[in-house]
Order: sequence, then structure tokens, then C-alpha cells
Amino acid sequence: MANAQNTPKIDILRSPLGRARGVGSAKHGGAEWLAVRLFSVLLVPLSLWFIFSIINLAGASHDDVIHWMSSPCVMALMIALVILTFHHLEHGLRSVIEDYVHKDAVRLCSLLALKGVSLLLALMCIVSVLKIGL
Amino acid sequence: MRDVREALMVARNTDGKLISRPMSPHLQIYRWPLSMALSILHRASGIALSVGTLLLTWWLVAAATSPQAFAQVQGFIASPIGMLLLFGWSVALIFHLFTGIRHLAWDMGYGFEPGEYNASGRLVVIATAVGVVLVWAIGLTVWRG
Repeated sequence: MANAQNTPKIDILRSPLGRARGVGSAKHGGAEWLAVRLFSVLLVPLSLWFIFSIINLAGASHDDVIHWMSSPCVMALMIALVILTFHHLEHGLRSVIEDYVHKDAVRLCSLLALKGVSLLLALMCIVSVLKIGL
Repeated sequence: MRDVREALMVARNTDGKLISRPMSPHLQIYRWPLSMALSILHRASGIALSVGTLLLTWWLVAAATSPQAFAQVQGFIASPIGMLLLFGWSVALIFHLFTGIRHLAWDMGYGFEPGEYNASGRLVVIATAVGVVLVWAIGLTVWRG
């Protein structure tokens, strides 16, 4: 009864270790996992600060924003927020793509595009913060 | 076979023939416990927030470009569509913040008992509702003031 689709071709003599070898590194996953968690912890107070700032800036004029951004503390916090947010975003969307995009070529292209776009957007934000503040 | 995950999907049937294990049924089969809904919404809110960073980028770039460009963004945000987006963004951010804290607690090994994750799940929903109301109550007061 077995149809072609339901009868996988497998190398029966290969051990599970042999199948796993060469398909990915397990050397730096721990550090990456920890970095994402630590950045998330930092994002909690930073996001709360950002919500608070946005409320204070509700209906603000251009001059108000320039004045607000000219403080070194605000600039540093904004740049930290941008870097951590885009790092977090890239990691989150990467796992979504890895979970749902099954075609190798499409997945690779999506991951590269994601990396490039998030890097560019982050740079645009940082340069803008610096240009406003300095 | 290119993927290790596929190796785990191989089994033998009662005739000893090699087959692919059946896949588990899809989402619509299950009833929706709170944990499942929150898990999916955590991911969905993360994707929504990623799109929301485009608005943040536009806002910052416009502020760095010229007062006219900045007035354009502020005008868009104050429009009905802009306010709807801002409201959705605030809900997503506050929700993702609280579910994110819940995830960090799990990463440290806390809260895996059914009683605990159901309680923390309900807490997240309540905290999000309170947070959103609070943020908008204060925000709108400041805006008019």
C-alpha cells in the first residue's frame, strides 16, 4: 500500500550521529541563546522608558523632539534601544522563517534579506539619532 | 535525506516496512487552551512589532531630515489609520513585554506546573489590559493638556 511519498529513501546503515554530522554546528549556540536572553532583560526597562518618553512626546513639535534628543542620556538610551530592538527582531523573525519556510533556497534568501534589511534599518535609526542629537 | 529532523520521522509499520511517521493534526483540531493562544499571540505580536519598527524608523529619519518631513509623520500618526496603528502597536508591545517576562521566567526554570502557567497566563492578559488602558489614559491626557 505504500506510495512513493510515504516511503522515504533512507540510508539505513547510517547512525543518528552520522546523519547529524555536517548539518550544523553545536559550538556557539549556547552563547547566542544567552545573548538573546540578556538583551531581552535589558529591553524590558528600555521599552518601559520608551513608552514613557512617547507619552511625554505626544503631540510634540519638531523643536521639542530635537530638544529631547539633544541630551546625551536620551541619545545613548535611544541607540541602545535601536540596537537591542533590531537584534531581538532579527532573532525572532529568523526563528519564524526557519520554522515555516521549508524550501532551502527561499529560506536562505529570506534569512539574508532579513539580516540585511534589519541591519540597514538599524543604521538608519542610529544615524538619525546622532544627526538630531549632535 | 538532508535534515536530521527527517531522520526522526522514520519508523517501521507492523509489516516491518520503512515509513514516514504520520504528522500530528493541525491547529484547528484542538480546542484553544490559554497557553496555546498566548504562545501564538506572542509570536504574532513579535511579527507585528517588527513591522512597527518601520514606523519608528520613519519617525526618526523624518525628525533628522526636516521639520516638514517630521510634520508629515506626526500628521500620519494623528490620522485615524495612524491612531489605529499606534493603538495596535501599544497593545502588541505591552503584551509582548509581559509574555516575554513570562518566557524569561521559564528560561530560568520557573512556572512549568499547570497551575502556575495558567495563573501567569491570566496575569499576562490582565496586566496587558491594565497597561494599555493606563498608557492611553495618561497619553491622551498629556496630548490634550
